[in-house]
Amino acid sequence: MELFTAIFTGTIVAATPLIFAALGELVVEKSGVLNLGIEGMMLMGAALAFWAVTAGYSMPVAILAGALAGAAASLLFGVLALTFLTNQYAAGLALAIFGSGVSAFIGRGFGSDPIEALHGVNIAILSGLPVLGPLLFRFDPLVYLALAMFVAISWFLYRTKAGLILRTVGESPQTSHAIGYPVIRIRYMAVLFGGLMAGLAGAYLSVAYTPLWVENMTAGKGWIALALVVFATWRPLRVLLGAWLFGGMTILQLQGQALGLQVPSELLSALPYLATIVVLVLISRNRQMLALHFPASLAKPFRPAG
Amino acid sequence: MRIAAPVLASVLTLIVGSIFFASLGHDPLPTLYAFFVEPLSSMNGLSEWLLKASPLILIACGLAIGFRANVWNIGAEGQFIMGAVAASGVGLFWSDPDSALLLPLMFLAGMAAGMAWAAIPAFLRSRMNTNEILVTLMMTYIATLFLSYLVHGPWRDPAGFNYPQTALLPAAAMFQSFDPAYRLNSSIFITVVAVFLMWLFTDRSFLGYKMSVSGAAPLAARYAGFRESAAVWIGLLAGGAAAGIAGMAEAAGPLGQLSPQVSPGYGFAAIIVAFIGRLNAFGIVLGGLLMSLLFLGGEGVQMTLALPSALTRIFQGILLFFLLAADFFIFYRIRLVRPAPDAHALETAR
Repeated sequence: MELFTAIFTGTIVAATPLIFAALGELVVEKSGVLNLGIEGMMLMGAALAFWAVTAGYSMPVAILAGALAGAAASLLFGVLALTFLTNQYAAGLALAIFGSGVSAFIGRGFGSDPIEALHGVNIAILSGLPVLGPLLFRFDPLVYLALAMFVAISWFLYRTKAGLILRTVGESPQTSHAIGYPVIRIRYMAVLFGGLMAGLAGAYLSVAYTPLWVENMTAGKGWIALALVVFATWRPLRVLLGAWLFGGMTILQLQGQALGLQVPSELLSALPYLATIVVLVLISRNRQMLALHFPASLAKPFRPAG
Repeated sequence: MRIAAPVLASVLTLIVGSIFFASLGHDPLPTLYAFFVEPLSSMNGLSEWLLKASPLILIACGLAIGFRANVWNIGAEGQFIMGAVAASGVGLFWSDPDSALLLPLMFLAGMAAGMAWAAIPAFLRSRMNTNEILVTLMMTYIATLFLSYLVHGPWRDPAGFNYPQTALLPAAAMFQSFDPAYRLNSSIFITVVAVFLMWLFTDRSFLGYKMSVSGAAPLAARYAGFRESAAVWIGLLAGGAAAGIAGMAEAAGPLGQLSPQVSPGYGFAAIIVAFIGRLNAFGIVLGGLLMSLLFLGGEGVQMTLALPSALTRIFQGILLFFLLAADFFIFYRIRLVRPAPDAHALETAR
């Protein structure tokens, strides 16, 4: 039972940064924009949140700082991709490289000491429940925030007019523009939201999950989040399930190392990357399923004609 | 005009760099001098400049062939590592360490390993419709872990004081330096040949033309009967081969052995080089020289002015940002357009 609790809670916690980053990217891609720079935005968020904690700011302020750092980074991408109509692949790659450099620069004086991690919640009765308490009600607040974001984004995209407009812009910006919707402005908002979420994901890594600063500490999680969106065929619920699947993979790998399995630790560490490839292949083979939810204008620059 | 954008971007990067240095409390002009001029003011500096430019140009040439056809191989770093691993394996364990065939065999091994590592995403993209950006990147993480496994495990030098590195390669497995005092070696000729081959392919061959059409106008390419899967295979294998050879040359040149840090990020920087070079051979040479200077200057100011090494990556990112933005002013004509009436306003007016 204890092992089960450890694996279950570990999975939920490991999935949290992926949920933030992938849900943010889902909204961005639904608006027809492909931002490959999640890794860079996450690193900026992680570095700034960690800095805020070491500088003596409170936890909520630090997390907010991380989120805003991600949003600021995404604005750079937005200006390039939306105003200057550049190739979105190249702009995203530039952001990934730039973010890794800036975060390493910010983090150069951090040292290697961990900070006190974000505390778990303590809800009077619920957290004290015998089995369910440790299983469901003792996570840190950001875990619940991630789930709340899932509900909010699902509702926004499929149950509100604004969500419908966002998806329309992603399907056909020309039509949306002709009807009179401000395509560029809507896409800017989506990109900023994606940056905010990626920043949150990074902040979660450096102040709650690890909680210490290591250069390039995201270790590809930004790219895995990108893969998760494809894996989920652009649907929020599948993003959530995919993130849990990958969280579980991470935890099994750690448990495997702890149990002293007779395989090289590098092989275990490679599992999430291998799994990403396998999962992508399985999903992508079915072209019909991809086409069904794929935002038709994804990664195509839009400029208002006329 | 195609040349204006990279020049403009470089100037803007210098200006931002100066502001950045000033805000760190360093006088901008001497710092810029230390970053961009000092490294080139000695023979050793010039040797290092070309030594670092060589792999960047080589890899960028290979990648650009794919990029022209919209095949996004961003895993050159992994293909570089696998090339270095395979070549070092041959160099370390070939039965005759004095054989004159050793270096050519290592060359072939490095190239084959880079191509094999790129063939996986090529197969998955052409047969399984799988996005090559994500697969090449994941393959890079796996290659890094594989290298780490080898140098911590089976290939670790037993006489290496437990450092995670292999034994030194035998002399016959190394490129000769032009001058024993400097590290620049004969592998630079490989890059020269690669640049020529790339020019031949992109500017003088029908296949290269077909690939450019696939990138610029996919629908036209399909209508003309150019196969998309051929472009995917050629694009990825060219990048893989170039990166694998570059990895081989790094192991058999300045390094002389394998360690976890085989590449200082050449595979990623080469992507930027390909873009600065506008995906053509001559431009890539200039882009590679510029990027190499960034690496070198970054190392220089790290030692002389104690500025952090992350500066190199920041400058790389800024340079690419400016380059992409500068393109806008070259490829588009700016015209003020009155906004269309707001949909909401229309609805309420009705």
